Amino acid sequence: MSILRLGILATGLLLLWQLVIVATGVPKFILPGPIPVAQAIIAHWSSLQGHLLTTFIEIVLGLVIGTVLGSLCALTMFLLPLVKRWLLPVLVVSQAIPVFALAPILVLWLGYGMASKVAMAVLIIFFPVTSSLYYGMQRTEPELLELARIMGARPLAVLRWVVVPSALPAFGSGLRVATAVAPIGAVVGEWVGSSSGLGYYMLHANARMQVDVMFAALAILAVVSLTLYFVVDKLVSYILFWEQSDEHVKKTT
Amino acid sequence: MPERQQQGGVAPPAINFQKLSLAFNGEVLFDDFSTTIPAGSCTCLLGPSGCGKSTLLKIVSGNPNLDYDGWVSFSGGDTPGISWMAQNDLLLPWLSVLDNVLLGAKLRSETTPALRYRAEQLLSEAGLAGLGAKLPSELSGGMRQRVALLRTLMENRPVILMDEPFSALDALTRMKLQNLAARLIQGKTVLMVTHDPMEAMRLADRVLVLRGRPAHLVYSLDMDGQTPRDPEDSQVQHGYVQLVKLLMEES
Repeated sequence: MSILRLGILATGLLLLWQLVIVATGVPKFILPGPIPVAQAIIAHWSSLQGHLLTTFIEIVLGLVIGTVLGSLCALTMFLLPLVKRWLLPVLVVSQAIPVFALAPILVLWLGYGMASKVAMAVLIIFFPVTSSLYYGMQRTEPELLELARIMGARPLAVLRWVVVPSALPAFGSGLRVATAVAPIGAVVGEWVGSSSGLGYYMLHANARMQVDVMFAALAILAVVSLTLYFVVDKLVSYILFWEQSDEHVKKTT
Repeated sequence: MPERQQQGGVAPPAINFQKLSLAFNGEVLFDDFSTTIPAGSCTCLLGPSGCGKSTLLKIVSGNPNLDYDGWVSFSGGDTPGISWMAQNDLLLPWLSVLDNVLLGAKLRSETTPALRYRAEQLLSEAGLAGLGAKLPSELSGGMRQRVALLRTLMENRPVILMDEPFSALDALTRMKLQNLAARLIQGKTVLMVTHDPMEAMRLADRVLVLRGRPAHLVYSLDMDGQTPRDPEDSQVQHGYVQLVKLLMEES
């Protein structure tokens, strides 16, 4: 059902795209139509797939490392209030720095390879991951904590069975946001300095006025991002198994 | 029953409030308040909202956020094990019904096969046999509250604090749960806050009414006989009318 809807949506958007071109008569070197772009994808597939792999690995590595680091940071802040008092303001203020402005510096420090792009993606997703998990843990129902206290619970057991599960819905939204923005980090990193990846390939094509190839790389990037998003979304709802079962409540009475 | 006694260990103590004084947000809730909650029986606490009933429970439970003068002591000397049940069932939606019943043991990392067995036994005693693997969201409100009751009893503590445990349920479900509870809390020191005079009449060995600011006891009634009492019981009928009158005049 949702696959059908996806198909209809995609077709609709492609038609709209074509319609804009027909209606405005915009030249091919400004906005190529869906068909030339599809042709470009096929024609350049052999080089595109290598760049696709590079960008894909950068995004996934950035996501994994960023999620692990962000979660560790949130846990540390939750467990050690002293760390929280000093770190949280720093984290919030750090958001005032546009991360993209750091891209040239990261490339300078970490080189033209994947590392600088992964670092870029990590930097972008670190805050949404940390803050969603941290505030999720903070919002644990106080009565549950009181119940655990009266039960004589061990602190780590409370974390494992009460606090972290309570935070998972918020953490899940944080992860979804992270997945949506991680590709930005990777691509911006590639624009600043690289020799591989879809972002690099776009600049490369741009320099040669191959607008259809640019759009081909862009289209592939969009597909990669969407696929990742849907995978993470599925994963999140799998982890939050108890949230869906709220739907079929009260069938046994 | 003998099995339960053996697991319980300590004999249920009486709870003594002595010269209790407590102010909250500039309002004096208690001033020089003293009373005794008798050992091994059920005491129901009634009174208007905000008069400090729940605060008394919190004080007994050792809530660290309350700053009060005076003493709460237990007749045995040491602070005994306490078990607490709230109006909200507080079931963890990510744990199965059985694991929710076993929550205390889980949180103390002391789950044993014997405890699991006992939890399953309790579930079937409460008419929830075979539902152990379900998630709380698959149960009705009454069933959820029954699970919360079992979780409270599974702690097997000599003192049980109940804060309006059945007030979110419809009248019939509430009656059924009162019957179950009366049977299972037998012999423990129970302090129960309730808004329902009938509930107090059915379950209590002693009924206390709290009123005013600072709060003081305006009524104390000792009840006889086995609980749960029948609503038609003359003692219940008589006490109920008296209690309703008393509670009406204060609001």
